[in-house]
Amino acid sequence: MDKKRRDFLKVAGISTLAGLGGTAVVDRLVSGSSPAAANASGAAQEAHGVEPKAHAPATAPTGKRYGMIVDTRKFQHDPSLGEKVEQACITAHNVPQFPEKKDDIKWIWMTDYENCFTEKSLLYKDEATEDHQVPVLCNHCDNPPCVRACPTKATFKNKDGLVIMDFHRCIGCRFCMAACPYGMRSFNWRNPRPFIKEINKHFPTRMRGVVEKCNFCAERIGVGEMPACVEACGNTKAMVFGDLNDPHSEIRKLLKENYTIQRKPSLGTHPSVFYIV
Amino acid sequence: MFEKALKGNNYYWMWLAFLGFFIGVAVICYLRQYFYGLGLTGMSRDVSWGLYISQFTFLVGVAAGGVMLVLPYYIHNYKAFGRITILGEFLAIAALLMCLMFIMADLGQPLRGLNVMLHPTPNSMLFWDMCVLWGYLLLNCLCGWVILTAERKQVAPPKWIYFFVYISIPFAISIHTVTAMLYCGLPGRHFWLSAIIAPRFLASAFAAGPALIVVMALILKRVANFDAGKEALNKMVTIIIYAALANMFFVGLEFFVGFYSNIPGHMHTLTYLFFGLEHHGHMYNNLVPYMWGFIILFFVGIGLISHPYTRKQSDLWLGLGCASIFISFWLDKGIGFVLGGFVPTPLEEIVEYYPTANELFITIGIWATGFFILTILYKIAIGVEHEVEA
Repeated sequence: MDKKRRDFLKVAGISTLAGLGGTAVVDRLVSGSSPAAANASGAAQEAHGVEPKAHAPATAPTGKRYGMIVDTRKFQHDPSLGEKVEQACITAHNVPQFPEKKDDIKWIWMTDYENCFTEKSLLYKDEATEDHQVPVLCNHCDNPPCVRACPTKATFKNKDGLVIMDFHRCIGCRFCMAACPYGMRSFNWRNPRPFIKEINKHFPTRMRGVVEKCNFCAERIGVGEMPACVEACGNTKAMVFGDLNDPHSEIRKLLKENYTIQRKPSLGTHPSVFYIV
Repeated sequence: MFEKALKGNNYYWMWLAFLGFFIGVAVICYLRQYFYGLGLTGMSRDVSWGLYISQFTFLVGVAAGGVMLVLPYYIHNYKAFGRITILGEFLAIAALLMCLMFIMADLGQPLRGLNVMLHPTPNSMLFWDMCVLWGYLLLNCLCGWVILTAERKQVAPPKWIYFFVYISIPFAISIHTVTAMLYCGLPGRHFWLSAIIAPRFLASAFAAGPALIVVMALILKRVANFDAGKEALNKMVTIIIYAALANMFFVGLEFFVGFYSNIPGHMHTLTYLFFGLEHHGHMYNNLVPYMWGFIILFFVGIGLISHPYTRKQSDLWLGLGCASIFISFWLDKGIGFVLGGFVPTPLEEIVEYYPTANELFITIGIWATGFFILTILYKIAIGVEHEVEA
């Protein structure tokens, strides 16, 4: 009898402690995440040029899903735009430029229409499609196969819908590269640092043996700036970035007004990058 | 029992020295790769897995193949396999150690390998692969050792070991199934995205693994005075024939689905592997000879081990037949399957992969390490057999 009572007290004590501890952790998580998120969304609103009132100030911090619209017509109209966008990303993220193609690391680049949209067959191409290229970048899928494949959670989807990487946790197994159906991931086959033209101190350089890819400029949108590629497009609106879950955002307005397509939608990855063709 | 590995004739030591030479070369090559990065291999962002992962995939099959001895012996009490079941278990150990070495050679940050355990991620198939590979390795070490020790003392193995023996059977199936799931669950890689991959892997494993064991048994008969017994070998050959035919049947089904449905994505890789794929006026076909080698060696092998004359008449023909099957399925799974899956790339370009010398030496070195371990394990097993007989 005595023994049972003792056991009961033990169990009760442990569960109380666990309960207290658990609540504390949850409290910390909630309080830790909300101010940053609020800042980001507030800043993003300014950058969008939309009145803050349009957004409910009490938007839940977890409700975002960042996405992008690429207006390929703008890229046809101004062929120099592609180069600008690529360079902006290379500078912002210390993307190395190797002499050998085998070592290539790419975050955003221009490619032919049929390489971007492999499922759209064109028997006779129109001139614009024939002559011009479209930018490709990580789709920041809502259902990302790379995140599913990663054995260490080094690549993960954050609360704003960005698929990002922890370069310090990546073991370099490259399962994510096999899993990405868009071919948007690159691997540091050798030490990248000597091949960075100008080191940007605001973003980490990587070491050999880890995977990397476009991060939708998580570090910039965190402080209220637009992604570097979007900024490089200036006022052309060739690339528009915003919250897909916010019905009043500019990106949602554009999605409503234009016919857009995604890359390989049949795979069920739900890409967050849309193209106006 | 390890002392048995320390006594041997000149051939034994020469063979170990021969393997040791390749191991030494591989160690130097690996150090080069370790300090430079995986850029010393032929891999690129388009073909992001190369020889290491393809060898790993094949060797998981070799390890799983051992179950074709364990299952008849322990479940069906098929006595003829009594002498050679230990060969299957020890082959599994050597093959699994090679698998783990290939994985480590392929990691960009090998020192962070423990992250897979520190941050367990059940939604990643690689996590499960690690679990079943380690599980199967430990099970084989345990069962092999306990049963061999019992044999040496000439007592029946303890009852509790049978629990682990029986568990090892589903584990053998699971290692190759989970390895297949590394590939067949990836969206957008049409060649791999096929439900037949796991059965096909198992079929080729149940042919290639036993084929290697038969070759080993025939060699041991000559060099170590160890006779596996006619009945055991005969039964093994029957298993190899059926498993090999099943594998080819599954390959044929892949062709049917691809070419009858006429869906480009399902045909691209098969076309690339067997006929070469033309793209922007250039013919890409560097794997074609390997794939036809696979087909031809299969027919040579199946002919040699099926025909009563070559099968029964001489050990040489039988050995050659089994070696053909083994090499044939190595070409299929250890070369074509993994490398072919990356063609075309997700952006529908074609990049061909050519391994570098450094990479080849590391690969050869890991195989040599595996055979080094296997030699020592077999030496111990046969030493015990001879001791019991004496």
